[in-house]
Amino acid sequence: MDKHFARTEMLPPLAPPVTERGVVKWLRENLFSGPFNTILTLVALVVIYKLVSAALPWWLNSVWTAESLSQCREIVAATAGEGASGACWAMIRERWHQFIFGFYPPDLWWRPVLAFGLLIAALGPVLYSGQKRSLTILLGIVAAYLVVTLSLTGAPTGAFVAAAVVVVALFAAVQVAPGRMLLFTAIYPALCFWLLWGGSIWTPVVAMLGFVVMGVVYMALVGRFGPTASAIAGVVAAVLWWLFLDIPITQALADMIGGGLRSVESDEFGGFLLAITIGVTAISFSLPIGILLALGRQSDMLIVKTLCVGFIEFIRGVPLITLLFTASLLLQYFLPPGTNFDIILRVIILVTLFAAAYLAEVIRGGLAALPRGQYEAADALGLDYWRAQRLIILPQALKISIPAIVSTFIGLFKDTTLVAFVGLMDPLKGVTQIVRADINWKGIYWEPYIFVGAIFFVICFGMSRYSMYLERKLKTDHR
Amino acid sequence: MSEHAIDRSKMKVSDEVAIQISGMNKWYGTFHVLRDINMTVQRGERIVICGPSGSGKSTLIRCINRLEEHQQGQIVVDGTELTNDLKNIDKVRSEVGMVFQHFNLFPHLTILENCTLAPIWVRKVPKKEAEETAMHFLRKVKIPEQANKYPGQLSGGQQQRVAIARSLCMKPRIMLFDEPTSALDPEMIKEVLDTMIQLAEEGMTMLCVTHEMGFAQAVANRVIFMDQGQIVEQNEPKEFFNNPKSDRTKLFLSQILGH
Repeated sequence: MDKHFARTEMLPPLAPPVTERGVVKWLRENLFSGPFNTILTLVALVVIYKLVSAALPWWLNSVWTAESLSQCREIVAATAGEGASGACWAMIRERWHQFIFGFYPPDLWWRPVLAFGLLIAALGPVLYSGQKRSLTILLGIVAAYLVVTLSLTGAPTGAFVAAAVVVVALFAAVQVAPGRMLLFTAIYPALCFWLLWGGSIWTPVVAMLGFVVMGVVYMALVGRFGPTASAIAGVVAAVLWWLFLDIPITQALADMIGGGLRSVESDEFGGFLLAITIGVTAISFSLPIGILLALGRQSDMLIVKTLCVGFIEFIRGVPLITLLFTASLLLQYFLPPGTNFDIILRVIILVTLFAAAYLAEVIRGGLAALPRGQYEAADALGLDYWRAQRLIILPQALKISIPAIVSTFIGLFKDTTLVAFVGLMDPLKGVTQIVRADINWKGIYWEPYIFVGAIFFVICFGMSRYSMYLERKLKTDHR
Repeated sequence: MSEHAIDRSKMKVSDEVAIQISGMNKWYGTFHVLRDINMTVQRGERIVICGPSGSGKSTLIRCINRLEEHQQGQIVVDGTELTNDLKNIDKVRSEVGMVFQHFNLFPHLTILENCTLAPIWVRKVPKKEAEETAMHFLRKVKIPEQANKYPGQLSGGQQQRVAIARSLCMKPRIMLFDEPTSALDPEMIKEVLDTMIQLAEEGMTMLCVTHEMGFAQAVANRVIFMDQGQIVEQNEPKEFFNNPKSDRTKLFLSQILGH
């Protein structure tokens, strides 16, 4: 055999054979890569065909304008022939407002609408911290949304002016100092509360002063007693403020200087207004509480640790509905007689605590995933406990936990429908039941659930996409 | 070792005591990990601590900044005794720099942020000034151009040099090195050792747990050999390597220098 070989001309690159490129390759690799997969593909095609052919006429024969379900059916029968089925979206057209606002007075719809727009603005600096461009776009969207919805709901001129002032101020803040937007985020909860429930302007102001009291007490003591003790003292002072001083001071101020919005009672709330109010409040308060519980569970201090473990295990061991019943019935017995503690507020508190217990465990997982070296490096540099947690440990632990945290949030938001069990009008059961009890729409079945489900899906899917964006943005490990 | 001749002129040992450890004992549960440790470190000393694994050498230097707690005896660092008093601990930690085997950089912060974090939050240095200091030390460890990258983008040797710079930014009076080259590829060990030699030349008080005997011979003024949680032998490097007294030391040296 001739061992000598020397190439005289180099081979040019050739295109791959037809089975190795384009659609053919994709089909072969993904759908028909073997006999078993081929069978699965064919079976799947048949199933899909059956499903679509069964459901498609129902969607195609949709009726958008009708007075009642029977009229819907007549229209379907007239256009698609006897025995054909068709969706009756006319119900949504007529009753959409109950799914969104419940029994919130129609002339005041502009208030929740405004609160929602400002909610997006308030979330901006949290979701897109320091990103000028994203924040500017977001504020643009909020402005457009507010112009459209406020005019549609017939808001008074004052509302337009107030909204314009806030948006312009935020817009200026973004351009000059994006960090300042957080101030608006901080006062937003009180503003939202006041917009939704109305009442004296002093109620939210005095309630917010409780936080100021907390801060002042903390600042006054932190130099002498260290951060942990001063924080506890601050919280105690704030709670005392809310329990004993809040109501008389509000009353006195309201008597001196009036002014406020018309009150709306909690039983007028319903639909997505209720779900979003409970969901957003619980989400934003459960995260900090969950973080504290997770840190407490890891603490060396026996009492703190025991309290946190006990709380977490108790809450996780009890169904949410039990807690909701506690909120609606039992809590009233424990509170001093005469206190009229709002049902929505009670539900929010318990849903928050429920989510916080789950979040605590999720975050504990993130904390446990950090290598010990991170704690040691922080210690070795002389950072104290709270600084080490805030600057080194939590940013990493929370980043690891993002998918699980967002899952908990999504679960929490969907769980808000359970408030139906304590008589609140959630969009899924509460409103749908009311609609179906109407003589005109009696017997309607799929449409309200599909409508409510679609809105839930959009919101939850949005949260999920945001979490993926956040994971990408925070990815710095370059593995 | 280093390409240039090592300049021992500035490596002066003063009479001032930097670290005083007396009658120190430590247990992990029932395991007696450090037994009756007595040692005095003078300012400007470069001490290499060696010994077989499990001999307690890492634990010893981790006691000096209280990453590990000792149960008996006394440790005084720069005149501050380490007790349960958190203020004292934080004071000692901000004066004592530490470099770890696995670097322990903060992966969510850039190199520059890694270096400025502690000065800003512990020393309350203005951000601008902290950044200037950080760049100064990054230039010194020869990686200023990496300042805006994340630790995950750097090689092991570069990460370890950043870790050294991060410690130096706190302007420590004492540096502890816990096997700084053990996790590195052979070709990266040199760049880290060069940085450490440079530090020694500037008169830094250093305690190094390391198996780099070349480094010990070139830089250390004292080598401490530990086994089973106790100090078995200590001597100046020349004597230690050429004329070990204890049989345990002889065995250890024959094992690591035998090839």
